[in-house]
This record gives sequence, structure tokens and C-alpha cells, in this order.
Amino acid sequence: MSALEFRVAIRDALAEEMERDERVVFFGEDIAAAGGVFKVTTGLHERFGDARVFDTPISELALSGAAFGAAVTGLRPVVEIMFGDFMALPMDALVNQAAKFFYLSNEQAPVPLVVRCAVGGGGRFGAIHSQIPATWFQGVPGLKIVAPSTPAEAKGLLKASIRDENPVIFMEHKRLYSVKGDAAPAEETIPLGRARIARAGGDVTIVALMKGVSDALEAAELLSGEGVEAEVIDLRTVRPLDLETVLTSVAKTHRLVVVEEGPRLGGWAAGLLGAVGERALHDLDDAWLIATDELPVPYSPTLEDAFLPDAAAIAASVRARIAAGVA
Amino acid sequence: MARAQAPETETRAAADVLYLECYERMRLVRRFEQELHRLFLKGEVHGTTHLCAGQEAVPVGVCSALDEDDWVAGTYRGHGHALAKGTDPAALAAEMLGRATGVCAGRAGSMNVIDLAHGLVGCFGIVGASMGAALGAALSGKGRGGVAVAFFGDGATNQAYFHESLNFARVLDLPLVFVCENNLYGEFTPLAHSTAGADIAGRAAAYAIPSAEVDGNDLWAVRAAALEAVERARAGEGPTLLECLTYRHFGHSRSDPATYRPQEEVAAWLERDPLAIARERLLAEGFDAADVDAAEASADATVERAMADALAAPYPDPATDAAREFQP
Repeated sequence: MSALEFRVAIRDALAEEMERDERVVFFGEDIAAAGGVFKVTTGLHERFGDARVFDTPISELALSGAAFGAAVTGLRPVVEIMFGDFMALPMDALVNQAAKFFYLSNEQAPVPLVVRCAVGGGGRFGAIHSQIPATWFQGVPGLKIVAPSTPAEAKGLLKASIRDENPVIFMEHKRLYSVKGDAAPAEETIPLGRARIARAGGDVTIVALMKGVSDALEAAELLSGEGVEAEVIDLRTVRPLDLETVLTSVAKTHRLVVVEEGPRLGGWAAGLLGAVGERALHDLDDAWLIATDELPVPYSPTLEDAFLPDAAAIAASVRARIAAGVA
Repeated sequence: MARAQAPETETRAAADVLYLECYERMRLVRRFEQELHRLFLKGEVHGTTHLCAGQEAVPVGVCSALDEDDWVAGTYRGHGHALAKGTDPAALAAEMLGRATGVCAGRAGSMNVIDLAHGLVGCFGIVGASMGAALGAALSGKGRGGVAVAFFGDGATNQAYFHESLNFARVLDLPLVFVCENNLYGEFTPLAHSTAGADIAGRAAAYAIPSAEVDGNDLWAVRAAALEAVERARAGEGPTLLECLTYRHFGHSRSDPATYRPQEEVAAWLERDPLAIARERLLAEGFDAADVDAAEASADATVERAMADALAAPYPDPATDAAREFQP
């Protein structure tokens, strides 16, 4: 099987969906002529032309408002907000307008809209180009939030997001763009809202997203050498939340650790832990979080590396909790 | 609503009918707002509401220049926008009253009305959000001859939405008409205290967008300006900004007696009531008073029926409400 680069998987998904449905349009800052700052969308403008792929001013509010207005009047826009941190600017268009339209209008029309953004730390981009805005949006009914972990996942999930009739925030982790993996799976699209068992195991359940999934898999290999078999769940979406897959796993492993590249207070991981506790406290021998300090993402490589969760940190944490003999 | 025609092709007979229809629609909006105010005082309208009485010539004049499948984005002072674009008065009234027969089944309320079937993308409770939505509607319309209109108040011209949207619309040459209803107060604050330069139409020049300051209480002036702007948009020549000077007869919202407005100013604007101006002009142009009276009576009767229907309609039943978060 040929290897597929993550950024190419995104590009292919966009191209295939634009080919498939002429209502799909794509716009954002520097996505057309320049092909995007991460070179994800190279060639799309040449292929599909000015009317369907175009650069916009640096106006996140206007371009997101335009995407909302276009989605409810017949187009299926995909927009790029260059960095997830910039999602603070179009909040009104997404949270107050796009997310609520389907319900408020009494279902007069769907809102088929995708907002792509590059997220996450590790690139030495500093505090305001490194955040993961998942939890800014998680508490907003009407939004779907997608966070792929591999090239094949990215392709299948983006294609599903573009075909979805609802506003989707699609987060692409910057440290995954150059990752290569197996080409697309047999199924063309991956349903939104269903988690994936990335690795089976019976001793502890590790839940993660995006780059965190590869960290968790690496940690699982380390632990396996020590006789601990971890089950790794790639949550894929944080809204809707696939609680059932996590509950099924926890019923087997009785230990749950949720890994979030972000602060512990108010994070999606804390929410997941609470939801599992509410439903399945009786199944749990131990449950905890691995998250970042309650600080902005630091710039200096030494500080940033220490700040972000990684495979070693996950393995060490699992080792320590099990050794503490909670079960 | 009558469909748009270019001024030079408007025969006297067609124009006559059109202006009388517009007058009837303005009267409908006025009566609707007055009745809503009355029902508000009786506790039938919940939360808050923002009435547009005094500003009727702007939505009615602008929408008279649009086709049925053009798009309009209104404001939280949006009952006139909805009624001018063709929303059923009974369904709008029921929405205000939170009833199941409302245009959004009681889910939206006064500030968030949506009526896509009549080209209303929405009324927006966030100051300036209508402009963002209208950008998208204009994108959808571009290439198939469609036009979008964004209504907004003077207060919205200090929002990011205003500046980003004007620039965005010009850069992409979108078929969009920006219609500022300048009623001189952003909520309770006078324009001059909040708006640098105090020249809204003048701001368009910075974006190379044609603009005009329009007497927003004169139906004829509004319609003429709107026809020109719509024609420009349909011809692929991009956006226009119209600053329509007008005045609201009520306060900002239900809790606002508007005591911050000088009495002389209020009196002067009440003298320039857009309905009185329109009636006088119709009579001066030779309309029978009986026809004008009949238009008024027809509007009044429509509103009376709409309110009666709304009051008789049931509230939505939470037990049977089939709300869904997502479109499957």
C-alpha cells in the first residue's frame, strides 16, 4: 500500500469532494495562490478556478460570516482559518449564527459548512499559534468537532465533514502534516461521531485525539514490554461524543486515562472523565487525566517540550498509577 | 411584494400600483408594531422586543427593488424587514408570541426570525451579524444574478462586521447592498458620541464603494436609491452602501422610554412621519383618497387578523417537541 502524507490526504479529500459536488467552494487566507501556509491546498485553485477556490482578506469574522450565509443559501463552503488560535475572531459567526440556525429556523435549512484550522503545539509557534480550540466550541449544541489522527483518518473524516449537513470544525494537528501513513481505508468516508479502537488491550484504556493518538500508541508499546496492555481509543470527534465506545472499553479494562494537549480545567478530557464517572463509576478502579499546566503554551523548545504530553509522559503516568496499587 | 422594475421602464400605471402597495405595506408594518407594543404591555410578548415604527420606508422601499429570490439579512429590529420581504404577518406575530404556528415554531422569537421561503436569511440579534450573513448570500447569488441586502443600524458601523464586510464585498465584487438604517442612536447613545467622523456614507469611500445618503423617511427616495444599487449589483459592479436617515418612534427596546432624546428632536421627526409623507405624496399625485383609505383599512384588517390568529394559536408543547441537534 502506498504511503499517504497527511497534508496530501486533506488536499485529496477537498479535491475529490469538489469534483463530486459543484456546490462545494473553498476559501480562506492564502489558500489559493499560495496553496496555504502549510502547503496543504497547493494546486486546488489551478484545478477548480477563481469561482470555487479563492483567497480572502485577513478577515476571519467576515469570511466565516460569509461561509455561514453561503451555507444556508445553497452552497457547501469549506473555509480555512489558518491557525486554530484565530478561531477567537469568528466566534460570533460560528457559535451564534451557524451553530444555532438549524434549530432556530425550525429546520428550514441545513448548514453544510466546514471550518478547517491548523492546531496544536510543538512547532515553536508560541502561545497564540499553538492552541487547540476544541473546548472553546465543545459546549455549543449544533456544532460538530472533528480531530483526525492519521492521513487515512483525515481523508475519510474530511470527506464525511464536507458531506455532512451541519457546521463542522475540522482540526488538523500541525505535527501531523508531514506524517505518512497507509492510504485511504476501504470505506470512502468515516462516519462522524464514532470513536475508533486504535489498539486493543485489557489493562488500561487510553483516550486521545490527533497527535495524542500516536503518542498513546507509542506509550502502549513501551508498556506492553512491561506486561501492561493498553487499549487506545482515537476519539475522532469531541462533539458529538462517542461515550459508548469508551464505556465498553472501560468495562473491560477498569482503568481510564484521558490525554489532552490543553489545560485540565474545562477541557474535553475532564468532560469525558465526568461523563464516564456518571455512567460507569462501578466499572472504574482508576480514572485520571494527563493534561498541560494551567498556562499558555511556551515558546522556548525546552519549555514547550516539557509542557506538552508525550509518549514517555503517558507511559510514566500509567506505570505510576498502576504501581500505586489503586486496583 | 411587487417585483422590481428599472425606473425608466416604470409606466405611470405600474408605478402607481407599486407605490400604493408599498404604502399599504408600510401601514401594515406600523400597525403590526403598534399592536405588538400593546400586546407587550399585556404580557403576551415575552422577553424583549425592538420596534421599527417610524422606519418603515427603508425596508419597504429597499425590498420593493428586489426580486422574490433575492436575499435579505435583517436586524433585531427586524419585523419590518420580514414583512417587507413577504413573511406572513400571522406567522410573524405568532413567533413574537412564542406560539407553535410561528414562522420558526416559537424557537426564535423577536430577535432571531428566519424565513428562507421569503428570502429572509435571518434577523440577527448580534449588532452587525446581518452583514456577515449577507456576504454569504451574495456569494451564493453571484453568477446567477442574485442580489443580497444587509440591513443594519448606525451602531453596527463601529463593529468589525461592518469594516470587514465592506472590504470583503469590494475585494470580491459581491452583489450586495449595505443598507444602514441610521436612526441617530446606537441603543441609548447618540451617533456623534460613538461614531468617529459621524459620516457613515462617507466611510464607503475608503473601500472604493459607491454610497449615498438617503432620506429614509421618503419611500420614493429609498426606492430610487435601492433600484440603482440593485442594478449595479446585478450588473456585476459590486456593492453599494446606502445610509438611510430615519428615526424610531419607540425606544430602543421595551424597557427604554427614550428620555435621552431631546423633545424638539422627537417632535421634528414625528412631523416627518414616513407614512404621513407617503400618504400626502400619493394624494398629491392624484390618487383617490378612497383608494388610499382602502389600502390603510386593508393593512389594518390584515394585522388585526394576524394578531387574533396568533393569540388563538397554541404554545409549543415540550412533551411533543421533536427538536434535533443535527440534520441527519
